Amino acid sequence: MSAESLRIALVGNPNCGKTALFNLLTGSRQKVANYAGVTVERKEGRLLAPSGRSYRLLDLPGTYSLDATSPDEAITRDICSGRHAEEPAPDLIVCVADATNLRLHLRFVLEVARLGRPMVLALNMMDAARRRGIDIDVAALEQQLGMPVVETVAVHRRGAAALVERIDRLHGQSQASPSVDPDADLHQQVRALIDATVRVPPQASRIDDAIDRWTLHPVFGLAILGVLMFFIFQAVFSWAVPLMDGIDFGVGWLGTQVAGLMPAHSAMHSLVTDGIFGGLGTVLVFLPQILILFLFILVLEESGYLPRAAFLLDRLMFKAGLTGRAFIPLLSSFACAIPGIMATRSISDPRDRLTTILVAPLMTCSARLPVYTLLIAAFIPRRTVLGVMNLQGLVLFGLYVFGIVSAMTVAFVMKKLRRDKSEHALLMELPSYRVPHVRDVALGLWQRVKIFLRRVGGIILALTVLLWVLSSFPSPPPGATGPAIDYSLAGRLGHALQHIFAPIGFNWQISVALVPGLAAREVAVSALGTVYAMSGSDTAVASHLGPLIAQQWPLATALSLLVWYVFAPQCMSTLAVIRRETNSWRNVAIAAGYLFGLAYVASLITFQVARLLS
Amino acid sequence: MQLSDLPKGAQAVVDAVRDAHDNDAIARRLRDLGFVAGETVRVVARAPLGGDPLLVQVGYTRFALRRAEADRVLLNAGATA
Repeated sequence: MSAESLRIALVGNPNCGKTALFNLLTGSRQKVANYAGVTVERKEGRLLAPSGRSYRLLDLPGTYSLDATSPDEAITRDICSGRHAEEPAPDLIVCVADATNLRLHLRFVLEVARLGRPMVLALNMMDAARRRGIDIDVAALEQQLGMPVVETVAVHRRGAAALVERIDRLHGQSQASPSVDPDADLHQQVRALIDATVRVPPQASRIDDAIDRWTLHPVFGLAILGVLMFFIFQAVFSWAVPLMDGIDFGVGWLGTQVAGLMPAHSAMHSLVTDGIFGGLGTVLVFLPQILILFLFILVLEESGYLPRAAFLLDRLMFKAGLTGRAFIPLLSSFACAIPGIMATRSISDPRDRLTTILVAPLMTCSARLPVYTLLIAAFIPRRTVLGVMNLQGLVLFGLYVFGIVSAMTVAFVMKKLRRDKSEHALLMELPSYRVPHVRDVALGLWQRVKIFLRRVGGIILALTVLLWVLSSFPSPPPGATGPAIDYSLAGRLGHALQHIFAPIGFNWQISVALVPGLAAREVAVSALGTVYAMSGSDTAVASHLGPLIAQQWPLATALSLLVWYVFAPQCMSTLAVIRRETNSWRNVAIAAGYLFGLAYVASLITFQVARLLS
Repeated sequence: MQLSDLPKGAQAVVDAVRDAHDNDAIARRLRDLGFVAGETVRVVARAPLGGDPLLVQVGYTRFALRRAEADRVLLNAGATA
């Protein structure tokens, strides 16, 4: 067998530092994809040993037990036992265990050992174990387990040298399977092993207790969480906005340069500026928010704080049919549903994860703000209420609250409606606090960006070009007086849609603008400008558009449109990321269908009630 | 006595994990995580708003359990400290 084909699988409990070890061993030579048919992340990398040999390394999902309770755990079980349909059994299993937590991790080591496959045990975080005065007799452990045992420190640059050397040495030898008693009680075996090989000082000093006393405190804990979230939001909005403006400008400039090579006013010219570069801009403009949000999420995750936040809020979320772990993804969705939905990967339970994905679009994302601002400025009087509060501000705040309440209600209804009412456990480990490692955060960020650009970007770009075709063809006949979009397929579609939208108070201009507005919510503003035959920058259009619609639209129509934007899935990027993250068009259809249904009903009620009252 | 009854800061010894129904995967997972007879457990913290979920230390590990999950863990009544 050549070294090229030697396949090594990394397994271990969650929080054993397995992924950090994987990052150390493979560096940036990683491929992230999904296992066929399921949305479980498959991470493979190449390990280049100093000996010149190279190995294929598979990072299997972390699990506490081979008695799988979720799809990702089933993947680990099937691959380790050689029962996976497409993935052959690994030639060598490297089981990673946290040296500071052998009581828990050794049980899984023994469970894997019983499979009888060639195996190495990596005692990770040996530095932390030594600091705590934990003394492990590695030679005795090796002898009792009947498998090689090496020490690793995944956060040190040379921390895996012993493991790589051991793998190299094992290479080519016929490997003995570990010798463990297959019938004994696993817990008793672990106790006997620990008694014989590990010495733990009675007072293993724990800094965690001291930190947790504050972070999990019923009052201070919630206050710390609140301040942290406030800071993250400030950062997302104050750091991302200039970057987003820059990208917007840069892509627009580039588009104009490229389009300059084409004849002006030609279809090619328009395709390049509005279709291709317009679509590219739509994709890239999300990048700063995704980067900044994920930077914070990854740091919170690596530091061990994320499960603490989930612990504090689980009760509240659980009542609504969600889980505490859904908090961070939903919070991220206030900036943009795309990173929010991508962040649901931290929810291990597939049912909880799907519910979170489906309600995430109800969180008021920043792209709704231009629409809200336009309508509120035009229709809501600038009045002071109760002495201190501004009515316009109150309406905006109300729209945010409306979104949150709707998300909780939808999650609650889904919980009541679904057939599978079985209990899904929280059972969440709160790991020790750690200082996040730059390499792990950087690799995590890089992988998220790649997923977004490759998998989601393609769909968004294709749909933007399609919408451009719809809005541009056929072109208006010579001597036409109305706006060009009126003659296009999108215009005809809008006019046809007007019959559907009349009961909720939308005129044909709004109906037409909704079609290109599908690209992204904020596009609706410029689309309305196009329909009302305005030109110029977005800000210029918005400032002209406000007074015009204030004159032409009844208040009931404006309110109806506001409510429409709370619910309507006017964002292809969100639908694209749902498709990518759930691997199912059915879920996209469910999300789009229920959001359209809710939008229509809520707008209908708003319009009819407002008309009766005015 | 059930683990969910244990006040914050109190320590006790596990007697058994009881299945809430046939083929109870949650009970099996609790046993895998180390909730087995003779193991010492301690309630480290309780969440705000009603004390559910609770944070339980078993061995060197801390797990957040919802009340329904902690109900499955039966304690040795005599050993409460």
